[in-house]
Amino acid sequence: MSARAVALEVEGRLAELSARGLNATLSWSLAALEAEAARVDAMPGTGALHGMPVALKDNIVTTELPTTCGSRILEGYVSPFNATAVNRLRAAGALIACKANLDEFAMGSSTEHSAYGRVRHPLDPERVPGGSSGGSAALVAAGAVPAALGSETGGSVRQPASFCGVVGVKSSYGRVSRYGLVAFGSSLDCISTFGRSVAEAERVLAVISGPDPRDATTLDRPPLLPVPAPASLAGLTIGLPTEYFPADLDPGVKAGCDRAIALLRELGARVVAVSLPHSRYAVPTYYIIAPAEAAANLARFDGARYGPRFPADGDLRALYRATRGKGFGPEVRRRILIGTYVLSAGYYSAYYGRAQAARARIVEDFRRVFASGVDLLFTPTTPTTAFKAGEKTADPVAMYLADIFVCPASLAGLPAMSLPLGRSGGLPVGGQLIAPGFEEARMLAVAKTLEAQLDALAEVR
Amino acid sequence: MAWETVIGLEVHVQLGTRSKMFCACSTAFGDPPNSNVCPVCLGLPGSLPVPNAEAIRLAVRGALALGGEVAERSIFARKNYFYPDLPKGYQISQYDQPLSTGGAVALESPERGSVTVRIERLHVEEDAGKSLHDRIPGKTAVDLNRAGVPLAEIVGGPDLRSPAEARAYLTTLRQLLVYAGVSECSMEKGSLRVDANLSIRPAGSNELGTKTEIKNLNSFANVERALESERARQQALLERGEPVRQVTLLFNAATGQVRPMRSKEASHDYRYFPDPDLPPLLLSREWIEAQRAGLPELPAAKRARLVQVHGVTPYDAEVLASEQGIADYFERVVQAGAPGKVAANWVMQDGMTGYKATGGFAVPATRLAGLIALVDEGVVSHQAAKKVYAELAAAGGEPREVAVRLGLLQVRDASELERWVDEVLSEHAKEVERYRAGESKLLGFLTGQVMKRSKGKADPKGVQPVLQRKLERS
Repeated sequence: MSARAVALEVEGRLAELSARGLNATLSWSLAALEAEAARVDAMPGTGALHGMPVALKDNIVTTELPTTCGSRILEGYVSPFNATAVNRLRAAGALIACKANLDEFAMGSSTEHSAYGRVRHPLDPERVPGGSSGGSAALVAAGAVPAALGSETGGSVRQPASFCGVVGVKSSYGRVSRYGLVAFGSSLDCISTFGRSVAEAERVLAVISGPDPRDATTLDRPPLLPVPAPASLAGLTIGLPTEYFPADLDPGVKAGCDRAIALLRELGARVVAVSLPHSRYAVPTYYIIAPAEAAANLARFDGARYGPRFPADGDLRALYRATRGKGFGPEVRRRILIGTYVLSAGYYSAYYGRAQAARARIVEDFRRVFASGVDLLFTPTTPTTAFKAGEKTADPVAMYLADIFVCPASLAGLPAMSLPLGRSGGLPVGGQLIAPGFEEARMLAVAKTLEAQLDALAEVR
Repeated sequence: MAWETVIGLEVHVQLGTRSKMFCACSTAFGDPPNSNVCPVCLGLPGSLPVPNAEAIRLAVRGALALGGEVAERSIFARKNYFYPDLPKGYQISQYDQPLSTGGAVALESPERGSVTVRIERLHVEEDAGKSLHDRIPGKTAVDLNRAGVPLAEIVGGPDLRSPAEARAYLTTLRQLLVYAGVSECSMEKGSLRVDANLSIRPAGSNELGTKTEIKNLNSFANVERALESERARQQALLERGEPVRQVTLLFNAATGQVRPMRSKEASHDYRYFPDPDLPPLLLSREWIEAQRAGLPELPAAKRARLVQVHGVTPYDAEVLASEQGIADYFERVVQAGAPGKVAANWVMQDGMTGYKATGGFAVPATRLAGLIALVDEGVVSHQAAKKVYAELAAAGGEPREVAVRLGLLQVRDASELERWVDEVLSEHAKEVERYRAGESKLLGFLTGQVMKRSKGKADPKGVQPVLQRKLERS
């Protein structure tokens, strides 16, 4: 099948989903898709992703399509350069299919905080697809593309993958270049992948992984290579952190996890209970560190150099107030205010300093558990299945708690992924695997074995 | 009441790299506005900084030249504030873990002799762009060519006691940094900038008074002027019994006065925090020591050696060591065989005239040494040698050949000398009479006349005996 044929098919599906009102895309065009296809068809030989259409979360910059970050403040902005991940995808023969909708600047857990409207869950338009990479997750779940790039700061790929019933993989921090990912919380941000299957998410991750001289935080580790699925998990120890299985865990989610745990045992893995006592501080820790970094990262959007400039009478400060006041949505403004506050003179050590100390404890918990002979951790990805739109928008803290199980691995910079485990009430349930740093291959191999044995479309209750 | 002035200077120097601190853009001075920019120094969404290893190396050399303790681990931090010429809304700098702490600069104070100024710290950071308020009427234009240019900030202790001393510190510091190859240190090109802190206190007190900070100082002379003006202002306040308020002041070079910045310009909470885009800067002890070993001889050591080894005076050593290029040239002249003191005179007089105009020495060191040898051997007179030098500088050539070509070889032939002497004596009958009447100092005048008549060719050592003989004879 030629890339051109793929492009036309993708275009048809995007048009159909658009007509259905999924609102998962922010920009795409037939002309751009055809140009991508012509480029791929003209490539000598076949790359690792030859002819694969890939959707990009709209906080990853491209020269061919605008990059809005789901914000008014970047409306119409076209980057003069491509992200390193985009260059690597293209070099491997992938087609850039479209830019996907997201919570504004990746701040949110439901993709309701986009300035361009909320994304609908592909299985139930009343529900959210999760976030902040909800557009990417929805496009993969709806079959528009086999794989997509999202970004994680505190679980923004794993959580929507879980809600939408697709695979979402975050690598170790430093494995994938952040160059061209519009920064939110730089010490946490990871470009991550969605796939219909583990293999698809893995192939895309392998292509974009590896050191980049443009990102000083990438580590000198060779790119990932796809791994085979083992027939047996004998010899493997899987830890179940008790803190991630609270008594009030959604019964459907619990049932999905129980079925997967039983399967892990059947496949020969030793399953042990472990404790990560500081993970309970992950969400508050995250909501100090990420906003602090975000407040600085988003300072550049001032209307002086690019993006829209909202009219203002008066001095420079009036220009800043108008542009930043009208250009950013309420959730982004809230986090900028939190971040500015926690770094202010007199508050730094009480907030930012303590959050860094808490982060060190969370990291240490993981180190200790993995050093005790545990190879991987298994947890639910989210406390519930996809919730209804509007259910949590009035209560930011309730919204933040949707990320309670995914935040810790982000703070620790560890590889982690979400895998569909089954359905509860027709909605997908996801399970999370967390691996020691740079042990992506181990995690992905186990995920492939589980995936092969689980009927992810079956009700688990 | 007697007052004591306390001054501390913060100096920013541009590290002499070809490319910027965190991207590959050129640091060239004077290019068209916004021509040396890229996504990184423009702070475009998605761009990331990568440290320039050469900038780090130069900053470390600077720190070592100042005797600082270079940290094996230092941290880049974000300094947050909004301004249109600051593309990211923060400046990447260093805060609580700088590249280097400690060190000292020894200098000659005009008032106190040898003094030592402690260096508190040296850290690296990126420059901001430039706001141009006079390009477009009623609007501010922004040039981001400077944004991201690598700087070292050198914070000196409150150890200076007068504006003139502050100026001497700057001169010494600049010399040191230029020697170490750290920076060009040109205030005109903005590669050296100074912020000055000044307070005064009753003489003998150990407590510091309230200080003010003066910005916008664009020459060493203006640093001195601004500090003089601020010292007088503070003293007048205190003598009237009014307190000094801690403010930031701008110096107006046209009026010689300082004025307070608007409080908005001055009051900042910079909310420093470690820059998550940049891992800790790790330098090995071995690498730091290799940088130390790679430092050239620094001015103080060079001055001492010039005095000890080449026998020049401390003043000559000061002049010769003021720039590496001058000292190197002098030493090459000496190496080519010229005596130190004579070589020093030639380099400082005839050599420096051209050096100041062109920044170079027109006569190669070996040729100057050759010329000095010709004088020493009596082949040309000192006076003639000056003409030979001028010709060498203008047109080149070998000293002896030039002297021959210009007919400047010294004449020792007795008959020729006697002819010149006779002519001079007959033309200056009055002086001859006065000499014979006892005015013996006129011998010098008459010798000069003979030299003049010979167009510098006469050997002065040969002229005087002939003169004396003829004057005494009749």
